Amino acid sequence: MKKNNFLHKHQKTLAPLLSLVLIILVTASITPGFLSIKIVDGHLFGSLLDILHRATPTALVALGMAVVIGTRGIDLSVGAVIAISGAVTAVLTVNTDFPVWLVILCALGTGVVCGLWNGILVSIFNIQPIVATLILMVAGRGIAQMITEGQIVTFHSDVLDAIGNGYFLAFPIRVWIAIGMIVLTVLVMRKTALGLFIEAVGANVRASRLVGIEARLLVLSAYVFSGFCAAMSGIILAADIRGADANNAGLWLELDAILAVVLAGASLAGGRIYLLLTIVGVLIIQTLTTAILTSGLPAQYNLVVKATIILAVLLIQSPKTRQWLSGFFSKNKNAGKSSTGKASTDKRSAKP
Amino acid sequence: MSHLVKENVQVKETLIVEERGKEAQSAVRPLLEIKNLSKSFTGVQALNDVSLQIQQGEIRALLGENGAGKSTLIKVLTGVYPRDGGEILLDGSLINASDSGHAQRLGISTVYQEVNLIPTMSVMENLTLQHQEKTFGLISWKKAEIRARELLAQVGLEIDPLRQLDTYSIAIQQLVAIARALSTQAKMLILDEPTASLDSDEIKQLFDLMERLKSEGLGIIFVTHFLDQVYSITDSITVLRNGECIGTFKTAELTRSDLVSHMVGKSLEDLAPTAHDHSIKRERTELLQLNNVGKQRYLQPLNLSIAAGEIVGVAGLLGSGRTELCELAYGSVKPDQGDVTLGKHSLAKSSLRRAIQVGMGYCPEDRKQDGIVAELSVRENMILALQASKGWWSPISMAEQQKLVEEMIKRLAIKTPDMDKPIGELSGGNQQKVILARWLITHPKLLILDEPTRGIDIGAHHEIIQIIKELCEQGMGLLVASSELEELVMFAHRVVVMKDHHKISELDGDEVSEQAILRTIAS
Repeated sequence: MKKNNFLHKHQKTLAPLLSLVLIILVTASITPGFLSIKIVDGHLFGSLLDILHRATPTALVALGMAVVIGTRGIDLSVGAVIAISGAVTAVLTVNTDFPVWLVILCALGTGVVCGLWNGILVSIFNIQPIVATLILMVAGRGIAQMITEGQIVTFHSDVLDAIGNGYFLAFPIRVWIAIGMIVLTVLVMRKTALGLFIEAVGANVRASRLVGIEARLLVLSAYVFSGFCAAMSGIILAADIRGADANNAGLWLELDAILAVVLAGASLAGGRIYLLLTIVGVLIIQTLTTAILTSGLPAQYNLVVKATIILAVLLIQSPKTRQWLSGFFSKNKNAGKSSTGKASTDKRSAKP
Repeated sequence: MSHLVKENVQVKETLIVEERGKEAQSAVRPLLEIKNLSKSFTGVQALNDVSLQIQQGEIRALLGENGAGKSTLIKVLTGVYPRDGGEILLDGSLINASDSGHAQRLGISTVYQEVNLIPTMSVMENLTLQHQEKTFGLISWKKAEIRARELLAQVGLEIDPLRQLDTYSIAIQQLVAIARALSTQAKMLILDEPTASLDSDEIKQLFDLMERLKSEGLGIIFVTHFLDQVYSITDSITVLRNGECIGTFKTAELTRSDLVSHMVGKSLEDLAPTAHDHSIKRERTELLQLNNVGKQRYLQPLNLSIAAGEIVGVAGLLGSGRTELCELAYGSVKPDQGDVTLGKHSLAKSSLRRAIQVGMGYCPEDRKQDGIVAELSVRENMILALQASKGWWSPISMAEQQKLVEEMIKRLAIKTPDMDKPIGELSGGNQQKVILARWLITHPKLLILDEPTRGIDIGAHHEIIQIIKELCEQGMGLLVASSELEELVMFAHRVVVMKDHHKISELDGDEVSEQAILRTIAS
């Protein structure tokens, strides 16, 4: 009984986690060696590590996206912001003798400015988030192309190399960066009242106003945070390929990020957000991508298979399916109960 | 006692019905005849055996308090809701509208309170939306413009039909809506609170139009909350209460006090003043002061002061300005004149957060829209106001939160399995208690409650009134708006009576009684 309560209470949390475990297990059974992890030169290697490595840019973007979605918004421009910050990183590294920390700071700064732009459009001018961020989604890649002057700018920097592909304590450095960012965000959201306010504003802006929560600044800062996260992701992606590709860096990443937030159980209508589950969502998406690639399935099946599995996960999570499933199970349980009930009364009568 | 009241009213009714019956026989065939109309929604009888007749060239007021069945009647009449029983005859022939468009083609047009037009389209497009002028099967904009000008002339408007609708004032939009309603040879026109957002000149313009339509033989049903308007424009009045037709009266023959008692279901003579103590037994320390506070098209300027340990009730019919007074006092709507002070703090221009910090609290009328954050837990909902006044950077620790919330759950007897349950899953009464608790933990000096007992069950109703009394004894000042007079009379030391967005009177101490309030509203 107690266990059932636990299951019931954490149903929402368990669904994405179980989906992830299931996907990993199924892949492992198809692809031999999927779960194996080797240690080479004190670094960990293996498919699972590869998934973590590749998931970091999406994870960072999804973190910002979750906060924005919590305010009942959406940020379509993150892919473009990735391109811009990557371009800034590359061009500043190549064309100036700025120290690396300043280059990174400038790239993060551009992300903040982009977020500020989105935030001002949404919270001050009351433009619908999807429209407001669409502007930068389109214009952003143009800006990135202008910065790189239409070229793929390649660069060389030891520090950036380390960020892109280096290792620290057996794990990729970029994974550490993502973990740091996740922990920091969770702390700020849950150990201050910021998370509560963002969820309150997202779920009921009128009630929030009446208790004295100023929505405007909150919404603005959510977009700034999203811009910052996207810029971080942009730096990592540029560092990874040692160059800035204004056309393709972070392309369609906004959609993966939105999907991850939704997989975590958040609603696009605002309100409750689940930061850690969002990361689980990112891992689900990345595991799928990697699994399909390593399974030897022809590459052209990749997108359709991925979409199908994600649809399945979403269906499992939908309240309607859950209702239907629990109805199905309780029917079975009742059928089982009558027999066990009999058994227990038998026992009781036998006792004295 | 209520039994007596009902009998009394019933006697009157039968008399009147008989009278009208005689009249009807002698008069010509009625334009609209509703016979024994009934409609129920899952267990609630929204309309019960309602019958009424309207003649050509008659302006009929349809009156009743919230939930009386006015809007249900209109919706059944225009086919928005299917009816459970009864007949509707227009011009002597049975009609059975399937939707409002069909009703309009049959001759019954409705203009709703919220203008039912498309603000981003031109006036012409709005007017010809339902019925386009065509040449060879294609829309002819030339003809449409001519038609639009005709329709506008009909309501006496000289505006450019090609301009976008929302560039005009609400009053003009309202008239455009009427013009459209008249575009289909309407015989009956239903105006559902058309004057709610109009100023006095605009109302006069509307009334002139109504008079003209009346002289052209149209029947008009006019729904409003403004009694003055009822007496200045209508010929007759039908009163609904709890889904029943209380009676139809000639406007000229019905006194205001009779009208009000029909509406609220209590007659003045029957209300013996209840004996209770309205005096405050301590010296007054003024808390809230409203000094000539008002806002155009919202609330006429008024003065009000509330002392510590005092409960001031706000009475008035629906739409009289009760909620508006609460909103201005709290500051969620900013007044455009006058000053609000709480203790030494002037609040007319400060933020809500500041108002809360100096000791204001407000439980709004619409709990679902403005009160609860349904997805969040009981605990989160409860600490929201306190946390907001502290700011996000100084969080209340979880231990502290749990302590506060547990205390409140105990003190207000809130029924919830645990404090982390989403508040949306609680019953209305328990939600209301959580919202009350939300403010109590901020230790407000002044608490404003708008309809604190609406939509909650009887047990919780009683408990909330007890809580209100206790808070007052502890020295809190309270401003309580309510449509339930018995309730107000039970705890208020003073009662402000609102009417047509004015404060018309303030009853103090022993003057406070249901009878006195009703008489004031009717005066």
